[in-house]
Amino acid sequence: MRALIPLTLLTFILAGCGSQPPAPEQDPSGVESRTPGAVKVETAPVANVKPDSFDPNSIAALKDPRSPLSKRSVYFDYDSFIVKDEFQSLLTAHGKFLAANSKMKMLIQGNADERGSREYNLALGQKRADAVRKSLSLLGIREDQIESVSLGEEKPACLESTEECWARNRRSDMLYSGEF
Amino acid sequence: MDMMKFQRFVLACATGLSLSSVTAQAQLSIEITGAGANRLPVAIADFTGERVVSQALVSVIRADLDRSGLFKLIDAGAPLADNITPPFEDLKTRGADAVAGGSVVLSADGRFETRVRLSDVVKQASLGTPAYLHNDGQLRATAHRVADFIYEKLTGEPGVFSTRIAYVVKSTGRYELKIADADGSNDQAALASREPIISPTWSPDGKKLAYVSFEAKKPIVYVHDLASGRRHVAANFKGSNSAPAWSPDGKQLAVVLTKDGSSQLYLVNADGSGVKRVATSPGIDTEPRWSPDGQFIYFTSDRGGSPQIYRIPSAGGGAERVTFEGSYNVTPRPSPDGKSLAFVARNGGRFQLALMDLATKQTQILTDSTKDESPSFAPNGRMILYATEIGGRGVLAAVSSDGRVKQKLSVRAADVREPAWGPLVR
Repeated sequence: MRALIPLTLLTFILAGCGSQPPAPEQDPSGVESRTPGAVKVETAPVANVKPDSFDPNSIAALKDPRSPLSKRSVYFDYDSFIVKDEFQSLLTAHGKFLAANSKMKMLIQGNADERGSREYNLALGQKRADAVRKSLSLLGIREDQIESVSLGEEKPACLESTEECWARNRRSDMLYSGEF
Repeated sequence: MDMMKFQRFVLACATGLSLSSVTAQAQLSIEITGAGANRLPVAIADFTGERVVSQALVSVIRADLDRSGLFKLIDAGAPLADNITPPFEDLKTRGADAVAGGSVVLSADGRFETRVRLSDVVKQASLGTPAYLHNDGQLRATAHRVADFIYEKLTGEPGVFSTRIAYVVKSTGRYELKIADADGSNDQAALASREPIISPTWSPDGKKLAYVSFEAKKPIVYVHDLASGRRHVAANFKGSNSAPAWSPDGKQLAVVLTKDGSSQLYLVNADGSGVKRVATSPGIDTEPRWSPDGQFIYFTSDRGGSPQIYRIPSAGGGAERVTFEGSYNVTPRPSPDGKSLAFVARNGGRFQLALMDLATKQTQILTDSTKDESPSFAPNGRMILYATEIGGRGVLAAVSSDGRVKQKLSVRAADVREPAWGPLVR
């Protein structure tokens, strides 16, 4: 959640320095014809809002809100263990990072919603963690760099018994060395 | 009524009579919400001798018998010692079929000597005269043993008042693995952690617990010696390690590991050595439990498309499907006599405790709750302890295997879950 605030700010700044919103249409009537004269003007310095450059595969990028690597969760549909297309680019970014940082290890923690048996949910969470692990393996990541485990229904991100909450709990989280 | 007749009757019948009584002092408070109808009328008279000690003893004995739902407590009218003939005619008039009296005397070494006499009022005959030597700290334990003696004499099956239960209490940011007497008193934390603890299960000798702890950010199976507080890792392989189950001889654990892919069944020695795979499926196999004779391992598997209960011979062999009705049947728990199987079934979105007769495959839903989990048989098979939810809070509940006697066990302001009923201790 903390990461979201600077990201929002950044988006705002970038939007401000890029294309301007279209100007409102001018009222065609009542235009006074004026001859430009000696009008007093004021100048002001214009801030340079160029973003700092960063290495997308540096360890610092893991916590940098500008980097996709700061995003660590993959969400799943009910009773599903398929990584949805919308998460493929995220996994590709993490795969590149792991390839570039061969000493870094990743722990993938799979989770399930609260309904039903704890141990069966632990097995379901494992399937979600394994799905992420397999996606990364397909990108060529070494098996000894990644471990997939399950937290079952034990560590919900959201505590209410609602569909919306359960959807947030059906997820896999990616943790890097130093975070587990 | 004759005792033998009553024994048959306890097995056969009961109705949903409601009775409410609360044990207040215990941390885990027990509320009786249903009892058998044809309860045996028994009078537990006040004991003679040491007044404070005998009063405490008798109140625990009465509470134990009452909570079982099998007895109707009759007022004996007057204190009764163990060495005199009970007033049978008067007790008959009061409606008692059995009576217990006793005495407590201070012995030379400073301990107490408690003597009890249990008698059949109808036959006007003694059913036994046990005696116990105990100190103040063993008062409740002594009372539970007296209650076990009375229970066994009158029902023909062993009492479980001296047994212990394990459960997990979750409060804000804290998980505690607790051990308490079967009546919820004397609770002690065997382990406290900031990370979840699940699936505690008792070794057959009642000295150890195996459980899953997430303290290392992943599930690892531990074996914990209760007396010393020492523990060791029984399974910590790459991936998840969970769902421990003791073999009946206490030498091995069935566990679920993901080291070779999906969640699969393995056996390990209790010290963590000698891991070997016992079943293979393309999907999930989990929640193993041995049959009491050690012949089979029951487990949950999604190999048929939905989670169902299967069993395999523990010596190896093909899996046999056990549950067929419904699309979600999990957490198999064979009864101590091996004749029935408790499990959790989903019925129209409700997760309920079910009991199957393994010979006839007839299944009965035992509860009307919606989030039942983790059933655990009392070692005499009479009650099933399980976790459920009331008002959004985790509580433990117990139901008799005929569905009539019901109890609720809760802890104030905390979630209670993952119950495991310990074995008989002799």
